[in-house]
Amino acid sequence: MNQDIAVLGVGMHPWGKWGKNFSEYGVYAARAALKDAGIPWQDVGFVSGAATMRCGYPGYVAGATIAQALGWQGAQVNTSYAACASGSQALAAARAKILAGECEVALVVGADTTPKGFLAPAKGYRPEDPDWLRFYLGITNPTYFALYARRRMDLYGDTEEDFGLVKIKNSEHGFTNPNARYKKKFTMEEILNSAMVADPLRLLQICATSDGGAAMIVTSMDYAKRMGKADAVKVAAVSTVTPTFASAVVEMPDIATDSAAAAGVEAHSFRAALPKQAYEQAGIGPEDISLAEVYDLSSALELDWYEDLLLCPRGEAAQMVREGVTKIGGRLPVNASGGLACFGEAVPAQALAQVCELTWQLRGQAGERQVANAKVGITANQGLFGHGSSVILKK
Amino acid sequence: MSNKPVQAAIDGWFTLNTDTPHLIGACCDHCGTYYFPKTLNFCKNPACDSTEFSEVELSRTGKIWSYTNACYKPPEPFVAEDPYVPYAIAAVELEKEKMIILGQVIKGVDVDQLKVGQSAELVLETLHEDDDAIKVTWKWQPVR
Repeated sequence: MNQDIAVLGVGMHPWGKWGKNFSEYGVYAARAALKDAGIPWQDVGFVSGAATMRCGYPGYVAGATIAQALGWQGAQVNTSYAACASGSQALAAARAKILAGECEVALVVGADTTPKGFLAPAKGYRPEDPDWLRFYLGITNPTYFALYARRRMDLYGDTEEDFGLVKIKNSEHGFTNPNARYKKKFTMEEILNSAMVADPLRLLQICATSDGGAAMIVTSMDYAKRMGKADAVKVAAVSTVTPTFASAVVEMPDIATDSAAAAGVEAHSFRAALPKQAYEQAGIGPEDISLAEVYDLSSALELDWYEDLLLCPRGEAAQMVREGVTKIGGRLPVNASGGLACFGEAVPAQALAQVCELTWQLRGQAGERQVANAKVGITANQGLFGHGSSVILKK
Repeated sequence: MSNKPVQAAIDGWFTLNTDTPHLIGACCDHCGTYYFPKTLNFCKNPACDSTEFSEVELSRTGKIWSYTNACYKPPEPFVAEDPYVPYAIAAVELEKEKMIILGQVIKGVDVDQLKVGQSAELVLETLHEDDDAIKVTWKWQPVR
């Protein structure tokens, strides 16, 4: 059975620190996606929103908040929350409804307004809360990414310069992207002279938080054909699997992994499980991939993703960036959008922004950052509490 | 050194024996999965529905899985020294328990003295002081 759905329209509100209400970014992105699709808002039968946890009640019901702002027109509505994978989970909900025949046209939308400064835990003495506990013990967010980066250095011989090459590449990619927040081409010297935050990661290798919005119009293949758009970009897979016990890697906000001491239990990498299911769903292998958009929360983490996506054997990712394979013009560009390095993270919009970029690339509409002959693209991200996603788009 | 009493920063998470301290965890009576922090209600192994656990002292030595440091003062509830002194952090893999546990590294040891695969042992050291007591926590000490 054909499980494809069509992407008829995509749109984004530029990333930045604009300080407006999140729904403004959502509406802006939704209208851009509708215009791109060339269909009226009244044709949308399902609004699938990604929630934001930082904007009060309207954020918890983001799908409805944005539907109301666009003008109530009777569509069904849903709001998903899955940390960094919220946008993909909203897309998965739309896809399921379309494939079940419950609707033909869905709007998927996510937007966020981020506060300034540290994201600190709630106050009091609460050692039973792992998020409170790790801060009390002095273990902040960059610690986790630094542990993964250092392990690459000691195990595979990656260097600080390798991580710097990732940042340089992404800053060059995002330089001409109208939706990117940071448009500056960094040099190795600037990167390696930026302040050390958590050894070996420096300030310019860790992503910021941003405001932004992203939206897409997805439809059944029948609807796309009736609109004369049978050749639209298609969603071939949406993987939102959870981890399998026991965790192999210590993940934020925990201070310990699961124990794999019981008989029959093995340690599993969660990151690697996400694209695996996407490949299986799509019937597409890593050898078919033209480009990838991955979650570079740190420059070093991008290299872990190359291996988790099976784009190279474990331990060989740094070689890909050294040889320019993952640069635009290389064999397999990664983060042609500029990635989180140029965007900063707007949680409920970020997974959708990855899909928007792949759509423009597969249509050949990515302007100066266009990847030649892009046919199949894959996204990957991982967030807190067992959430993560991987989406495959094809021409 | 003040003569305030020494107390655990988090009650019941480690033994206060200063020579050979242990983290206090739990072990499932049915499948043998270990827990830290200890869990005593439901086993998280998907193949086990046990609700019976025993409190156990975890291994006090392991191998460094990875390490980093904290160059900037963390936000509250962390209580920082004034002026702030950066510290190293290690993730240490316990062989018997097949799990990795994070902790600060003892004062005076920075990342250039650490290596993945190196042995480390559990010690107690001050996390911070308040008006009434010296609050200690577990830290990892590399073994040469």
